[in-house]
Amino acid sequence: MASERQDAFMRPGGVVLPGDVARPRTGGWRTGVKPAVQLEKCVDCLLCWIHCPDMAVQHKQGVFQGFDYDLCKGCEVCAEVCPTGAIQMVAEATQLDPRGAILPEGEGRDG
Amino acid sequence: MASLKQLALREEERPRFTGGHSLCAGCGIPTIVRTVFDSIPGPVVAVSATGCLEVATTRYPFTAWGVPWLHVAFENAAAVASGVEAAYRALAQRGRLSGERVTIVVFAGDGGTYDIGLQALSGALERGHRFLYVCYDNEAYMNTGIQRSGATPFAASTTTSPVGSVGRGKAEVRKDLTAIVVAHHIPYAAQASTSHWQDLSVKVERAVAQEGPSFLNILSTCPPGWGHEARDGARVARLAVESRYWPLFEVVDGHYRLTHYPQHPMALVEWLEMQKRFSHLRGIASVDLESELEREIVAQWQELERRTAESKAWFEDRATESA
Repeated sequence: MASERQDAFMRPGGVVLPGDVARPRTGGWRTGVKPAVQLEKCVDCLLCWIHCPDMAVQHKQGVFQGFDYDLCKGCEVCAEVCPTGAIQMVAEATQLDPRGAILPEGEGRDG
Repeated sequence: MASLKQLALREEERPRFTGGHSLCAGCGIPTIVRTVFDSIPGPVVAVSATGCLEVATTRYPFTAWGVPWLHVAFENAAAVASGVEAAYRALAQRGRLSGERVTIVVFAGDGGTYDIGLQALSGALERGHRFLYVCYDNEAYMNTGIQRSGATPFAASTTTSPVGSVGRGKAEVRKDLTAIVVAHHIPYAAQASTSHWQDLSVKVERAVAQEGPSFLNILSTCPPGWGHEARDGARVARLAVESRYWPLFEVVDGHYRLTHYPQHPMALVEWLEMQKRFSHLRGIASVDLESELEREIVAQWQELERRTAESKAWFEDRATESA
């Protein structure tokens, strides 16, 4: 239980374990742009994954699954190392699907 | 030799280092920590010296570390690791441990390694503890505001080696720490770079297989300290290697071997031009400084080539023996 754990580590000599405290959201560091992907160009090489300083590139069993925008600081390293040009930086307000792909015009918006 | 996908699967299975830390956007350190962790098969205990990595990953009560992690002070990371290793051996002798091989890894910056932690490192290497010491070398005291260190290259501008009407950047040549470490006759030492992740991963595998101390000096790009765009981190690291500024090599039982020969060596100036800390070298008055730095780099490369040639027969004999 997170709350029981919290009591334990707040005492002198207590131990903090990963997961006891919510991860700070470093996504607020971004200054206007965020990474997006053209999935048809992605070859799952994972170069973006190894070079991402914030573990914001998500994958499942080695298959690219988009970005964690709570963590991404917008450094653009992923777009820079992408060998196929699948990753590009887009304006923060751009609507994306859960895998970070740009939605076709008119989709994903209210009304 | 692990593929990138294998490393990713290992991290998915047991994440040892997580996001949420406050290292700068585009920092080179997390790639070093993750590549090292994902290349080590068994359990790991990590020790950090004071530095960027330590302060940014452990803002109480948050921790980015998914492994047992210790920090004591700036100067004694290697001494702390020595104690951990001695305790581990004592417990193993008394049959109190499962017998699984535990790897003790130190992560320290160049300040905590080249300068402040050097005596503790020297002692630990001489005593022969089994641990891996990783120096993430960003070539200055970045955490406290970019002061020059023993690792800062000649002519680089820092807040304590500034460029002005008199100063022309750091006046001294950086120390050759890897050579100092090799002089302790340890089984394995190497230089690596995040840009060549597979070279780094293989070196970690070789290092942790040793029965004694091992050492990795890894170049870590620093956007605010070096004055390059955050997005260019991987490219700056690659250019450092391809221009021969940061040669990739390993030293096995005292025998040197270059592990990467740039196919099309880049001119040093291309690497310098990407960084504001060298921007004063563009003026005509500074041509001498640049060529002095270049002479140092060329001499270093030639020395490594000479040593590699000397050790060629030794490596060939070893390959035949193990075949």
